[in-house]
Amino acid sequence: MAEPATATEAAAPAVALLKDELDIVIPTIRNLDFLEMWRPFFQPYHLIIVQDGDPTKTIKVPEGFDYELYNRNDINRILGPKASCISFKDSACRCFGYMVSKKKYIYTIDDDCFVAKDPSGKAINALEQHIKNLLSPSTPFFFNTLYDPFREGADFVRGYPFSLREGVSTAVSHGLWLNIPDYDAPTQLVKPLERNTRYVDAVMTIPKGTLFPMCGMNLAFDRQLIGPAMYFGLMGDGQPIGRYDDMWAGWCIKVICDHLGLGVKTGLPYIYHSKASNPFVNLRKEYKGIYWQEEIIPFFQQAVLPKDCTSVQKCYIELAKQVKEKLSKVDPYFDKLADAMVTWIEAWDELNPTGAAVPNGKAK
Amino acid sequence: MSIPIKDDEIDIVIGALHSDLTTFMNAWRPIFSRFHLIIVKDPDLKEELRIPEGFNLDVYKKPDIDHLVGTSTSIIFSGYSCRYFGYLVSRKKHIVSVDDDCLPAKDNKGFLVDAVAQHITNLTTPATPFFFNTLYDPFTEGADFVRGYPFSLRSGVTCALSCGLWHNLADYDAPTQALKPEERNSRYVDAVLTVPARTLMPISGINVAFNRDAVGPALLPCLRLAGEGKFRWETMEDIWSGMCVKVICDHLGLGVKTGLPYVWRNDRGDAIASLRKEWEGVKMMEDVVPFFQSLRLPPEATTAEDCVVEVANAVKEKLGAKDPMFARTAKALLDWVKLWKSVGVSSYSPGA
Repeated sequence: MAEPATATEAAAPAVALLKDELDIVIPTIRNLDFLEMWRPFFQPYHLIIVQDGDPTKTIKVPEGFDYELYNRNDINRILGPKASCISFKDSACRCFGYMVSKKKYIYTIDDDCFVAKDPSGKAINALEQHIKNLLSPSTPFFFNTLYDPFREGADFVRGYPFSLREGVSTAVSHGLWLNIPDYDAPTQLVKPLERNTRYVDAVMTIPKGTLFPMCGMNLAFDRQLIGPAMYFGLMGDGQPIGRYDDMWAGWCIKVICDHLGLGVKTGLPYIYHSKASNPFVNLRKEYKGIYWQEEIIPFFQQAVLPKDCTSVQKCYIELAKQVKEKLSKVDPYFDKLADAMVTWIEAWDELNPTGAAVPNGKAK
Repeated sequence: MSIPIKDDEIDIVIGALHSDLTTFMNAWRPIFSRFHLIIVKDPDLKEELRIPEGFNLDVYKKPDIDHLVGTSTSIIFSGYSCRYFGYLVSRKKHIVSVDDDCLPAKDNKGFLVDAVAQHITNLTTPATPFFFNTLYDPFTEGADFVRGYPFSLRSGVTCALSCGLWHNLADYDAPTQALKPEERNSRYVDAVLTVPARTLMPISGINVAFNRDAVGPALLPCLRLAGEGKFRWETMEDIWSGMCVKVICDHLGLGVKTGLPYVWRNDRGDAIASLRKEWEGVKMMEDVVPFFQSLRLPPEATTAEDCVVEVANAVKEKLGAKDPMFARTAKALLDWVKLWKSVGVSSYSPGA
């Protein structure tokens, strides 16, 4: 039976890696109590809190954290009409945090995710593992049977071509979850008691040409390499779909990473996911997604980006064009989504003009 | 969820490169004794085999190999490739094959791993090559498909090949092991996963199992390095065979799994001494990988035999000019298919 770690204080590292180069983005609608448990690992870092839902509510941030907090009013004020691309009443709003960050790296985590324990009982510093994943190369062109060859105690196996052993830059590190697994509503309904207790001690690169379901609960990425493609779509209030925000971003980033020769890793670190959301509510949110994804997946599997798409923004605009061309016939929602994808890029470029080195923003 | 499989549908094939198999067989006894074994003695091995009592097995030695395939052909079964003779003469649906310097490993709880049972589980539950599941094998106890996994892809495809891993002496090449002489693999990664379609990987012959009915002829002894030796560091036969099998599985819509089970591989050999011979194999991979990555088989190839013929033609056309070794390999592939069709499907039993 998986349990969250308690003695996290002891596990805090002597030196917080990348503390001035990484922002932690947290969407929340409830409270931030979970931060207490993460304090030894997170306190050195700057937090960007994106407050969803009622902007008149005050979300208390525990003492001692350096943070900026944005509610819906802030988002509207900062983006003006472009705020329409940021979802409301859905954790997809977190991508606003990616846009306003001034750092090279982002770690995003849900507010019901706690520190997990490894099989020896030690508290897992998820952030440290994500940083290791991002700072070491990926190997998308040939699968290594001993998984991440850059990890301590592993290497490339016999037969792995030497010309591919340098690897490529890692753009995304996708972590996993002990306890409540990230299942869809139908699976949750059929297996309400299933808990993920298996600790798989591996990190691996997802091969080029292979798509995966990217979960936003425990995710880190290099904002400079892939940030503009991390748009979490139109979900929640006023939208026909929910719980597909991270999925949508995951398919987009994978196609773009494959095109630009960047790597995506999955596996460690684990966090402890404590809250199972209501499967009936989830079913209503997901149900269109469940049959739309049958069309969406082949679309992404066949998507080809032209050679002149040499930047993430160019790739993303091109993808938006293809979404409009090929997926609008599935549902008019995709027409709106394609427009929102373009709005997102415009907003990103406005807030992130190239060449400017800017200090952390202030919400108020 | 898994297809029930009977013990008599499985053969365990062991290539004997060492004459004294006593320790090996006794260590595997609790796991192997239920099954029929095929032991093939490396035709180059001079000493008599020593095998303990109490197993249901058939042993094939050089005279048997010569008798069945002729003395000029029997040369293809020398060294580690002797195991392919076992694959050729088996008549079972599934084959599990382990090198004779490997013993049962322990899992992360300290229990002995039943590698045969795990391989059979891998082969009898579906593979999922078209979309990556982030919780690895969704058919394992305690796991499932994650949110976002398309429902139409959840029935999966037949798994034709199961590639296991190694504790202690991992399957590194000579340069890697020579650089890190003390490195031993002790990490137990508790996962099985499907290698995605169109993704290539080095398939090691040390600990492998396959569906002989589906892909038997695609495991083939057709590439022999000029300096091939009796240590895995000095061979590429399995890596070549593995590339063929993966491309053929991708073409036929079959799956390949990797991960559990682990076996414990004994320390053996001197990586630095083997370095001399290794470079040939290392250079070879640089040509071979782009070739296989771009290889597409025609839709008319619907069986493993057809596919091997197509691979042979492509090797001759695209690699033949680079190195005479590839031209020989192309011919060896065609000869292998002929051999499989004549010997692989008729009945034969070994001489006394």
